[in-house]
Amino acid sequence: MKVKMLSRNPDNYVRETKLDLQRVPRNYDPTLHPFEVPREYVRALNATKLERVFAKPFLASLDGHRDGVNCMAKHPKSLATVLSGACDGEVRIWNLTKRKCIRTIQAHEGFVRGICTRFCGTSFFTVGDDKTVKQWKMDGPGYGEEEEPLHTILGKTVYTGIDHHWKEAVFATCGQQVDIWDEQRTSPICSMTWGFDSISSVKFNPIETFLLGSCASDRNIVLYDMRQATPLKKVILDMRTNTICWNPMEAFVFTAANEDYNLYTFDMRALDTPVMVHMDHVSAVLDVDYSPTGKEFVSASFDKSIRIFPVDKSRSREVYHTKRMQHVICVKWTSDSKYIMCGSDEMNIRLWKANASEKLGVLTSREKAAKDYNQKLKEKFQHHPHIKRIARHRHLPKSIYSQIQEQRIMKEARRRKEVNRLKHSKPGSVAIVSEKKKHVVAVVK
Amino acid sequence: MSEVGAAESLLALSQQEEVEDLPKDYALSPSEDEVDIDGERNHQKLLEAISSLDGKNRWKLAERSEASLKVSEFSVTSEGSGEKLVLSDLLGPVKTSSSLAVVKKQLNRVKSKKTVELPLNKEEVERIHREVAFNKTSQALSKWDPIVLKNRQAEQLVFPLKKEQSAFAPIEHVLSGWKARTPLEQEVFNLLHKNKQPVTDPLLTPVEKASLKAMSLEEAKMRRAELQRARALQSYYEARARREKKIKSKKYHKVLKKGKARKALKDFEKLRKVNPTAALEELEKIEKARMMERMSLKHQNSGKWAKSKAIMAKYDLEARQAMQEQLARNKELTQKLQVASNSEEEEEGVEEEGDLVPDAVNEIQMDADGPNPWMLRNHSRGTKEAKGQDPEQLPEPVAHEASESEEEEDRPGAEEETLLNEFEERRSLRRKSGLNQDAEPVSRQEPKDSSSQEVLSELRALAQKLNKEKNQSGKQNMSSTRTVPVVQREGPLKAEEEPLLLQRPERAHTVQELEELAKEGCFQNEEVPRPSREGQQTERNPNTQAGVPKEKKRKEQMIDLQNLLTTKSPSVKSLAIPTTVEELEDEEERDQKQMIKEAFAGDDVIRDFLKEKREAVEASKPKDVDLTLPGWGEWGGMGLKPSAKKRRRFLIKTPEGPPRKDKNLPNVIINEKRNVHAAAHQVRVLPYPFTHHQQFERTIQTPIGSTWNTQRAFQKLTMPKVVTKPGHIIKPIKAEDVGYRSSSRSDLSVVQRNPKQLSLRHKKQLKKNSV
Repeated sequence: MKVKMLSRNPDNYVRETKLDLQRVPRNYDPTLHPFEVPREYVRALNATKLERVFAKPFLASLDGHRDGVNCMAKHPKSLATVLSGACDGEVRIWNLTKRKCIRTIQAHEGFVRGICTRFCGTSFFTVGDDKTVKQWKMDGPGYGEEEEPLHTILGKTVYTGIDHHWKEAVFATCGQQVDIWDEQRTSPICSMTWGFDSISSVKFNPIETFLLGSCASDRNIVLYDMRQATPLKKVILDMRTNTICWNPMEAFVFTAANEDYNLYTFDMRALDTPVMVHMDHVSAVLDVDYSPTGKEFVSASFDKSIRIFPVDKSRSREVYHTKRMQHVICVKWTSDSKYIMCGSDEMNIRLWKANASEKLGVLTSREKAAKDYNQKLKEKFQHHPHIKRIARHRHLPKSIYSQIQEQRIMKEARRRKEVNRLKHSKPGSVAIVSEKKKHVVAVVK
Repeated sequence: MSEVGAAESLLALSQQEEVEDLPKDYALSPSEDEVDIDGERNHQKLLEAISSLDGKNRWKLAERSEASLKVSEFSVTSEGSGEKLVLSDLLGPVKTSSSLAVVKKQLNRVKSKKTVELPLNKEEVERIHREVAFNKTSQALSKWDPIVLKNRQAEQLVFPLKKEQSAFAPIEHVLSGWKARTPLEQEVFNLLHKNKQPVTDPLLTPVEKASLKAMSLEEAKMRRAELQRARALQSYYEARARREKKIKSKKYHKVLKKGKARKALKDFEKLRKVNPTAALEELEKIEKARMMERMSLKHQNSGKWAKSKAIMAKYDLEARQAMQEQLARNKELTQKLQVASNSEEEEEGVEEEGDLVPDAVNEIQMDADGPNPWMLRNHSRGTKEAKGQDPEQLPEPVAHEASESEEEEDRPGAEEETLLNEFEERRSLRRKSGLNQDAEPVSRQEPKDSSSQEVLSELRALAQKLNKEKNQSGKQNMSSTRTVPVVQREGPLKAEEEPLLLQRPERAHTVQELEELAKEGCFQNEEVPRPSREGQQTERNPNTQAGVPKEKKRKEQMIDLQNLLTTKSPSVKSLAIPTTVEELEDEEERDQKQMIKEAFAGDDVIRDFLKEKREAVEASKPKDVDLTLPGWGEWGGMGLKPSAKKRRRFLIKTPEGPPRKDKNLPNVIINEKRNVHAAAHQVRVLPYPFTHHQQFERTIQTPIGSTWNTQRAFQKLTMPKVVTKPGHIIKPIKAEDVGYRSSSRSDLSVVQRNPKQLSLRHKKQLKKNSV
C-alpha cells in the first residue's frame, strides 16, 4: 500500500535571511477563512485612511527668481534638470536632486515669454518681450567666457511662445502668426496665419510631429499641418484658451486650458464636441501638462492651486495648494511621471509628488505587494460611502472653498432655470444642449 | 456650387491651352499658302474642280455688284461679316478627308466643353486647401485608433514602452566564434570531432544515419509493431497488477490464494498424468517446502502475535478462532503429501488430527457454546449437539449426519435440513422452559434472558456455518428458512399486543389499522403451518422491543394513506359548494364561478399568502437561546436527557421586539430586514461601469487578498494598471514602437519645398470634395 506523507522541502520553508518571517504553508479552503467581504472592507477602509494620513505631496520649493516664474521647460535627457524663465527676463537652470540653481542667465529684457529645449538636450531656446528668439547652450560658459546666446534672431513683432520639434532641427514661434523656423536660418521657412489676433501658445504634437496646435486670444484653437504648410481647422470656444497640451500616448488627443475655469479634452478629428470637460478649478486655468503615461494631466490655475485630472474623468482626483503659493502660471509633469513642478507668481518653483501618499525610494517586494494590494482594495471598494467620503476629503483654502460653494449655487440656479424653461415652453421649442456642447461656439473649416 | 464653378473653370483653362495649340500642330497643306498671282487662276480652277467633285456647288463666286475700294484678293465678300464664326463651319470642308479625322475628333471634344469661369477668390481656395489637408491628416491619424484603444483597455501598461531587446545569436554563430582553450575542452572537442558529432540542426551522426538507412521499411514496421504490442501488453499487465495490489479486501486475497493453490494442485495432477518425472520433481519441491515449514516456527503459535492472542483467547472468541486458524494452516503446510490418496480421505485425515489442538483451547471451547471452527466438520457438530440436547433428540441428527456422509453432493441441502431441525428443537426446549416460567412468575425475567441468549448464540453459530458454506444456492435457501421463523414469531406477538394498545386512549384512533395489521399477520402466519403456535400464544411475555418498530412503520403507512385522502379533498369541496348557493345566484354567474373555482381548485392564493406571512413573522421573531448542557451536573450515561427544570433554568428568553409594522395589515408583508446601521456602509446606487447589481456584487464578493488566494492568483489580481520605473524617462509613443512604419520623409524637407501651388493630386481631391 502506498503511504502518502507530508513532505517538507527545505526550499519551501527555509528563510532567505535569519530576520525573515517564517513561511507558513497555507490552506486556502474558503470555509477556514470566512467573512472575506467584511475583512477586505475593513482593510480597504484602513488603506484609504492611511493614504490620507500619508498624503504629504509637497517635496521642495526652489527659490531664487526675482520675479514671477512665467515659463518652464523639461530637459529631454536628464530628469534632474529643469529650466525656468521669469518675468524679469531671467532664465535659471535648476538641479532637482540638489534642489539648487546651477545657472542663471539674463536672457531678455522684459518677460521671458517662452522657453523650450532642443530634442537632443544640448541647447535651449527662449523668446522674450524684446522681440528676439535666442538659442542658448545647455552647458554653462567656460571660465572667462561671457554668457552669450548661440544665435539671436531679431523679429518684427513680439513672440509670445515657442516650441521645438520633437525630432528635427525645427522650432515654431507664435505671436502675430505661427512661424516655423529652421535652426540654421534667420527667417522663418514658413508662416501660417488665420485671422488677425495674437496667438498665445503653440505646441508640437509629440507623436505625429508635423502637427501643431495653437491658441489665440480671439477664443479659438487652431491646428496646423507643418508639411502642407496650412492650418487645418479652428474651433472657437466660449472663452479664451490659454494653452493646450497634446497627449503623449494618443496622437489625436489634446487638452485645452480655458479661461472659463474648465479644461477641454478634444479629439482633433471631431472638434465640435470635446471628449471630456474637466471642471473643478474656480478660476482661469493657465497651464496644463500631460503625464508621460498619458493617463492623467495636471493643470495650473489662477486660483492658487494645481489639480490632477484623470483623462477620462471630469473631476480632479487631487488638488495641491500651499499657503504661500500664489497664482500658478506654469506647471510641468516630469518625464518619469513621478513628480510635478509648478512655477507661480511669488517667484518660487515647487516640486510635488504626483501621487500624494506614495512612498519614495526603493520598495522591497513585500512593500510593493502591500502597496498594490491596498491600491486594488481602494479601487474595489471606492463606491462604498464611508470609503468614498474619506478618499475624497481634501482640505482647501477658505477662498477656494467658498468659491466652490458659490459656483455650485450659480450652476444650480442656471440648471434650474434651464429646466424651468424647458418645462414651461412648447415641447420641442427649447433644445436640450449637453454640457459638452455648451462650450463650443463654432468649428471653422 | 462656387466650388464646382472653380473646378470647372480650372479645367476649362487647361483645355483652352490645348485649343490654342491645335493649329500649329496640324498645319494644313502648302497649296493654301501660295501667294503667287500667276498661280491664282490655276488655283481657282482647282478649287472649282474640287467643289464640282461632290456634286453641288457650295461656294458661290462673289459677284461684284457695286464699286468698293477694298477688293479682297481672295474675292471674299463682306457679306455675313457680322455673323459669328461657328466651329461647325470650319469642320465642313474637312468632313470628307480621312487624314483630318484626328483633328475633327479633337474639335468635337472641345465643342462639348464649356467656357472657362473666373478663378476663385483667395479665401475660398484656402478653405479648400484646409479641408483637404484636414481630411488627409485625420485619415493619417486614424491609424492610431487601434493602439489607443488597446492601451486604454490594457490590464497593465508598463512604461517606458520601448524595451531593450536582447539580441539572440544563432547557435552556429556562437559555436563558430568559440574556441577550445583548456585541455579538457580540447579533449571534448576532439572526441566530438572524431565521432563527427553534429553541432547544429540534424542531430544524428553519420553512423546513426547509416544505421537508419540499413533497415528496410517493412522490417522496421514489423519491429515497431512488435514493440508496440509488447509495450501495450506490459503496460496492461502492470496496470492490472497495480489494481489488484491495491485491493485491500482480505477475503479477496484469501480467495485468490486458495484459487491459486487449487490450480497448482490441478496442474500437478495433470503433470503427473502427462509427465511423471516432472511431477516427481514438483513433488520434491513441495516436499522441500514442507520440510522448510516444519523446520521453521511459522504458524506454530509461537510468534509475538500468537502469544498475545493466546492470552486473549480465554475471553475473546475471535482471538481463539484466529489461533485455531493458524494452527490449521500449520497442519496443512506440514502435512505430508500423499500422492495416491483421494480428497475425501484427506479431509477425513485432517478431521482426525483436530485433536492435536492444545488442550487449553479445547477446554474453553467445550465450556462456551459459541461457534467452533472444529465443528465445521459434521461429526464434531454431532457430538456437540448430542452434549447440549436432551437424550431423546439425539438419534435424529445422527441419522442426518449419516445421510450427509453418504452423499457429498447433497451436502448443502442436507445441512439446511439439519439446521431447521436444530431450530425446532431449540424452540421446543424454550417452550418447555416458558411453561416453567409460567409456573414460577417471580423469576420470569431471568429465564427469558437466558433463552434469548440461547437463541442468539444459536443464530450466531448458524451465521458461522453460513459463512463457511461455499455453495451460493445453499446460502440462499438458508436465508429463506431463517426468515420464516422470525415472521412466525412476530405474528403472534402482534396479536398479543393488541389488547394492550386498545387500552391506551391516545392511540385509540389507530385501532382499526392495527386490527387490519394483525389480520395480515395472521394470514402470513397461516401460510406457514406451525404446530407450536398455541404454545407460543399462551406465552405472556411479549418481546415488545421487536414489536414496536414494526408498529411504527405501519403507522407511517397509515399516515400516508390519510395524506392521499386529504389531497383529494379540495376538488370534492369545490364541487360541493355551488350546490348550497344555487338558489341565490343566477345560472350564468354560478357557472362562471364554478368554472373558475374548478380551474383554480388546486391553488389557494389567500391561504398561501397567509402561510407566507406566518412564516415571515416566525422568521423575524427573535429566537430563545438554550444554554443547557446535557450531562453537566448529573450522572452521565446513555440516553441522557436534561431535566425540564434545568432546561427552564438555562433557557434565555429574548425580549419581545417592537410590534411588526404589518401587524394590523392583513394583506401586506413588510420586510423589516433592512438594517439602518448596515445601510450606512452599503452602496446605494449602482456604480457606473456596472450594468447589473449582480455584477457589482460579484466583484465585491470575490476576495483579492492573499488570505484567500494563492500567491500567483494574488499577484495577478493585484496587478497595478500602470507600472513606471523610477528614474526612467518615458518618451512619447512612436510609430516604430507599435510596429508602424514611420514616414521616412522629414517634416522639414517638405516644408522647404513649400508646395503652395496646387499639385495635380490636390486638384483631384478638391474635385472629389466639391462633388
